[in-house]
Amino acid sequence: MTKLALRMSEISKSFNGINVLDHVEFELEKGEVHALMGGNGAGKSTLMKILTGVYQKDSGKIVINDKEVEIEKPQDAQENGVAMIFQEFSVIPSLTVKQNIFLNRELKKSNGFLDEKAMYVQTEDLLKQLNVNISPDMLIENLSVGFWQMTEIAKALAQKASILIMDEPTATLSKNETETLFELIETLKSEGMSIIYISHRMDEIFQVSDRITVLRDGKFVITSPTADLTMEELVQHIVGKSMESSFGWKPRSYSKEEVILETKDLHSGSKVNGVDLCVYKGEILGIAGLMGSGRTELAQAIFGIDPITSGEVFVDCQAVRIKQPQDAIRAGIALVPEDRRVQGLVLTHEVKENIIYPILNKVSKSGFINKKKVDQLSEQFVEKLNIKTDSIYKSTNLLSGGNQQKIVLAKWLANEPNILILDEPTNGVDIGSKSEIIEIIRELADQGKAVIVISSELAELLAVSDRIITLKNGKVTSELSREEIKSEEDLEHAIQNH
Amino acid sequence: MQSKIINTTTATKRPAFDWRNYIVYIAFIGVFITFSITLYDYGFLSTNNLLNIVRQTAMISIMAVAVTFVISTAEIDLSVGSIAALSSLTAALAIQSFGVIGGILAGIGTGAFIGLINGLLVTKVLIPSFLVTLGMMIIVKGIAMWITGTAPVPILNDAFIFLFGSGSLGPIPMLFVWTILIAVIGHIVLRKTTFGRQTLATGGNESAARFSGINTARVKLIALISSGMMAGFAGMLYAGRLEAGRFTFGEGAELSVIAAVILGGTSLFGGVGTVVGTIFGSILIGTINNGLIIMGLDVSQQMMVSGLIIILAVAFGRKAKKR
Repeated sequence: MTKLALRMSEISKSFNGINVLDHVEFELEKGEVHALMGGNGAGKSTLMKILTGVYQKDSGKIVINDKEVEIEKPQDAQENGVAMIFQEFSVIPSLTVKQNIFLNRELKKSNGFLDEKAMYVQTEDLLKQLNVNISPDMLIENLSVGFWQMTEIAKALAQKASILIMDEPTATLSKNETETLFELIETLKSEGMSIIYISHRMDEIFQVSDRITVLRDGKFVITSPTADLTMEELVQHIVGKSMESSFGWKPRSYSKEEVILETKDLHSGSKVNGVDLCVYKGEILGIAGLMGSGRTELAQAIFGIDPITSGEVFVDCQAVRIKQPQDAIRAGIALVPEDRRVQGLVLTHEVKENIIYPILNKVSKSGFINKKKVDQLSEQFVEKLNIKTDSIYKSTNLLSGGNQQKIVLAKWLANEPNILILDEPTNGVDIGSKSEIIEIIRELADQGKAVIVISSELAELLAVSDRIITLKNGKVTSELSREEIKSEEDLEHAIQNH
Repeated sequence: MQSKIINTTTATKRPAFDWRNYIVYIAFIGVFITFSITLYDYGFLSTNNLLNIVRQTAMISIMAVAVTFVISTAEIDLSVGSIAALSSLTAALAIQSFGVIGGILAGIGTGAFIGLINGLLVTKVLIPSFLVTLGMMIIVKGIAMWITGTAPVPILNDAFIFLFGSGSLGPIPMLFVWTILIAVIGHIVLRKTTFGRQTLATGGNESAARFSGINTARVKLIALISSGMMAGFAGMLYAGRLEAGRFTFGEGAELSVIAAVILGGTSLFGGVGTVVGTIFGSILIGTINNGLIIMGLDVSQQMMVSGLIIILAVAFGRKAKKR
């Protein structure tokens, strides 16, 4: 018998004719922690979704414990011992640890009633095995997130999982919780569990993994023992040599004289811990950082969504008090939020309705909306941003991601802001719209607006930014002018803070 | 390529007609024609009977106009029936000492004040509106029973009775005048003003509305205050019509109001609202009840049939599930 727990070979998958995975290879040994790495869009999550039955592969073979298996739906994955610990935990907060672990597989007594005692004992054993010191009858909502994750892992064990997939498991954990998780991973390994570990945090990868597989642009790059790789080599594999990446950088000139937006020692919640930044007129400032570094929270604090706990915001050298989005809007700030479906659009409403929400006052007179003005304005933006829709009356949920994102942009451009903050502006957007959006961002800066772009796609940041700051734990860790950055690797190093 | 052509040539095209959006009008016409034929000999179509329908539905219609706004923000108001009862009493009591103007101020003021408390509890203390207004419904009912020890308060002021009860403007009963007036105002506010847009945006996606700089708490507060005010106004109509304030007025009205709003095409989940639909929903329910009474059905049979018709109408009006 081999010691392979899983082999995925020649896996291919395409969506709408675009190859997302192209003959990808992946191997997992028994009792191994195997890191799966790659930039955004490399194909990691698609590969894992195929393994867990969320997507179906177009071609290729999956072998689990020397047996070829077909995984067509999530139940198939479960039956083959594959379990995934999700980024957004899938436990139910209002139930207890025990109830979550036995959810929908409750043990019953011969009379048909629930066998609470047996479930309690089994849960207790599991938790003991994992060295987790909580009571099976604790409500999840009373526990810290670290324990939510432990519960999910326990649930996977209870379902006799032998392959565990962890997707950015430490993103929401504190430092102590992370240490506990790593101890737990050691325990699981020694019991023969095989773990696929997905993370962008290099230091963690080197600490916890035995081997690393890198994917890039949907293709297999390398599988290597972790000990044989240096961080430089790893970054190079992830980024690839070619900087030809669809969008090149166009150096722009602007005078570094007029500061439009400045923050001093800005604090908000637990995620923004004293940020100083400034943006000049006509400048595009890129903000880079890992998940949980406080990027989004910083943007939301400046825009008045999350309360600013201390520190100051200056617009045109004047201190402004921002307590709610209306204050930020009055100060000429606009935010294109991270999640357009949740924060950007009222999806059930029409294109033109969405475009005017931030500017209701501008298209109305003493409270009455000027319909003609609304139609004109909407038509104008649909044309200007090349939004593909049958009409301005179309419901926005019927449009593609790229067109939806352009509507969110239009919303804010209609308000003619001086400061535009874009949080992941091209997330889930097709390649065509992507380059259009990047072009729009450049135009806006050329018009003299101060622009902040937050993105986890380094190629995009490098293409568009004049200057880049990196965030970690809610603080600025470095500031680089675009000229200083020679490659994605440089930026990746700055983000990892090494 | 196709999409490009469409984009430039038919950019002002309206979405296709969908009969499901008009289910309340279709149902109304269907029911009205059926009764007109089958109950013709019993005087269903007589002016008197038609005016009767309008008089009987006025209070529900007026409350439902304001509740349309509340439901459009994805909140609910269960306290309108109780508010109407209390307002009928405060109006009647105020008339005794301060005359018509005092009565009107007391009636509407009572409703506005309770609406304000509802609104503050929902937007500042962040208790779900279902619970706030359920509790308020019981509290206000208790107050209405308590202030006069369950005794009715007669109204002897002719001006008040004319304005809010038996009076008419030419051939048109005042109750109908008020219904039309409130409906027109409600329709214009919802369709033509910034507040209307803010209401629908708040209910459609509160998060996106906030990110657009809309003060969603203020929108909900105003909606709940208006709902209280209109319930107070309806209370005055009950009082004017029966020439007394009584704690039993408006009992169960909140359910008819919600039924009228939903039947009219407003989404229970917020974001979609129509005042005209609401008015037709209310009149549809009133017409069904009226016809069934003429047919000679007793109250229990009436309830069963009108409940069934409401469920059927909503079932047919339901949109095919979106992807």
